[in-house]
Amino acid sequence: MDESGVSTMGHPCHNRYHGLMFQRLLLIFVGIYLAGATGWVLWSARVREKGTTVNLLNAACDPTRELWREINTRFVEHMERERGESIAIRQSHGGSSSQARAIVDGLDADVATLALWSDTNAIHKAGLIEDGWENHLPNRSLPFVSTIVFVVRKGNPKGIKDWADLARPGVQVITPNPKTSGNGKWSLLAAYGSVVLQGGSDAEGQEYLYKLFAGVPVLDTSARAATMTFSQKKIGDVHLTWENEAYLEVEEAKGALEIVRPPISVVAEPHVAVVTANAKRKGTFAAAEAYMRFAYTREAQDIIARHHYRPTDPEAWEKHKETFGAVEMFDVARLAPGKKGPAEVWAELNRRFFSDGALFDSIYTRLHGGGKAP
Amino acid sequence: MKTIMRRVLPGFGLSLGISVTYLSLLVLIPLAACVVKSLDLSWEEFTRAAWSPRARAAYWLTFECAFIAAVINLALGLVVAWSLVRYRFPLKTLIDALVDVPLALPTAVTGLVYASLYVKDGWLGHFLTPMGVEVAYTKLGIVLVLVFTGFPFVVRSVQPVLAELDADEEEASAVMGASRWVTFRHVILPHLLPPLLSGFTLAFARGVGEYGSVVFISSNMPFKTEIAAVLIVSRLEEFAYREAAAVAVVMLGFSFVLLALISVLERWSQPHVK
Repeated sequence: MDESGVSTMGHPCHNRYHGLMFQRLLLIFVGIYLAGATGWVLWSARVREKGTTVNLLNAACDPTRELWREINTRFVEHMERERGESIAIRQSHGGSSSQARAIVDGLDADVATLALWSDTNAIHKAGLIEDGWENHLPNRSLPFVSTIVFVVRKGNPKGIKDWADLARPGVQVITPNPKTSGNGKWSLLAAYGSVVLQGGSDAEGQEYLYKLFAGVPVLDTSARAATMTFSQKKIGDVHLTWENEAYLEVEEAKGALEIVRPPISVVAEPHVAVVTANAKRKGTFAAAEAYMRFAYTREAQDIIARHHYRPTDPEAWEKHKETFGAVEMFDVARLAPGKKGPAEVWAELNRRFFSDGALFDSIYTRLHGGGKAP
Repeated sequence: MKTIMRRVLPGFGLSLGISVTYLSLLVLIPLAACVVKSLDLSWEEFTRAAWSPRARAAYWLTFECAFIAAVINLALGLVVAWSLVRYRFPLKTLIDALVDVPLALPTAVTGLVYASLYVKDGWLGHFLTPMGVEVAYTKLGIVLVLVFTGFPFVVRSVQPVLAELDADEEEASAVMGASRWVTFRHVILPHLLPPLLSGFTLAFARGVGEYGSVVFISSNMPFKTEIAAVLIVSRLEEFAYREAAAVAVVMLGFSFVLLALISVLERWSQPHVK
């Protein structure tokens, strides 16, 4: 019956032959694919079986690349020497909140070393970092801190010394978008704090930020992009950035840039945390914990200071403080009076400054939005 | 006796099956996920996220720049395709190959290179800035990188059609006394209209979706030079997934309507060939 149906086509044998050929080819391909896939799975299992090396993944924010690379090498040596354990550490770098999002979405990181408390806490909220993570490691989970300083052109032609100079007409400020960059958030908070913590009112602080952002010619989306805008493309008179980044930038520029430390600035706190859920599932918890604690050892604290982060171990700080300029550093909690604990403080700061329609948005609505409120 | 409809070539069922599966996996399911995510928002939340003055300014800027860039590419692409098909000149193969470079180059590289060329101390910028032409960090800069990234599409869609065109028709038209313009308008253009439109559509769609290069050449100022993709990223950074999805859905809606309109135009342009 079927034959007769096919015969309407004219060349039944020919057609059938092609059909068979096609099926056979398809089977061969499926066969090759299955064999390959099986081989690959077996092979990767074999590779995994072979060593007892513990693999750790550190999801870090961009600027800490060089720092962690050096700490990692020392930690691997340390574990080999002290405990005879073999550890391999991989690094993943990106913007602080994109890293947080990646971990929440399934990046298998064992530790998170991010630039903002609220980013680490977003991972906690997703249930991947245990409650009370902040007090799990010494010094509120801060092996080091930093602050926001100014980078200016050689000879400081615009005479920029203090925060007030940034709001002067004709001074162009480079700072990344605080909505997309941790660096941008710390800079905005430092700028606002410089007004309200030195006797200014909230309204004066807001007006100051408005004037400051009126002089921002480019809102880069990340800290490194802002650095390139300032140092490579030579846009702007002053660049607000982390102290360690400022050192790198000035070294790179070979004399074309210099650092200016404002009298007052914010304590930028890049918290570290073990991503408990991932580490426990992978059986790497002990190693991850040892890794984070290693950052507090004298050896690591010296590395930290050499990379121009401020070590938090009191003895290490005493030893290195000469190399850092004097800046009166304030805690961001002082910008959210009446709020207790970082959760409340950051909720308040986000609500007032960064969330949709908050101060930062209203500055831009006022600057370019033709006065229409969102 | 039953008769079975057979096509000349086998495999219609199989290839349709594969097409539908791939289209679903690669296009429809991700888009549907995006829409579903944004549906978590109430109507007020949705409009606040996706229809604020800032978001509207971003949509307008995105489509405006993509449109201008696509129009420029339409003209530029036609000229380039024309000279590549109709003339012989040295290094023609090299130039032909260069046309595709914008597709292969990582767009972030494009953005960075353009930005450093056109800033006030850049190679081109230090001639242009004194003349009052500012490219880096302005809308003009955005259009420029979109022209670059969308450049190959018009060239590549017009080229084969142009190569197929019979010069006899043009000669006949000229012999019968038509001016060059009339020949172009009535003999050549009708053939080129469909490929021009499809090249335009591709370039336009590419421009609407472009992020990597724009983010470096634009100053990303809300209301002024912030494109929709940057707005989406900035919402994501706040962990506002649903709001980001809402903006994306509006973009999708606009793009879909515009692309549908262009495809109607394209169909309308087809009979002109005959």
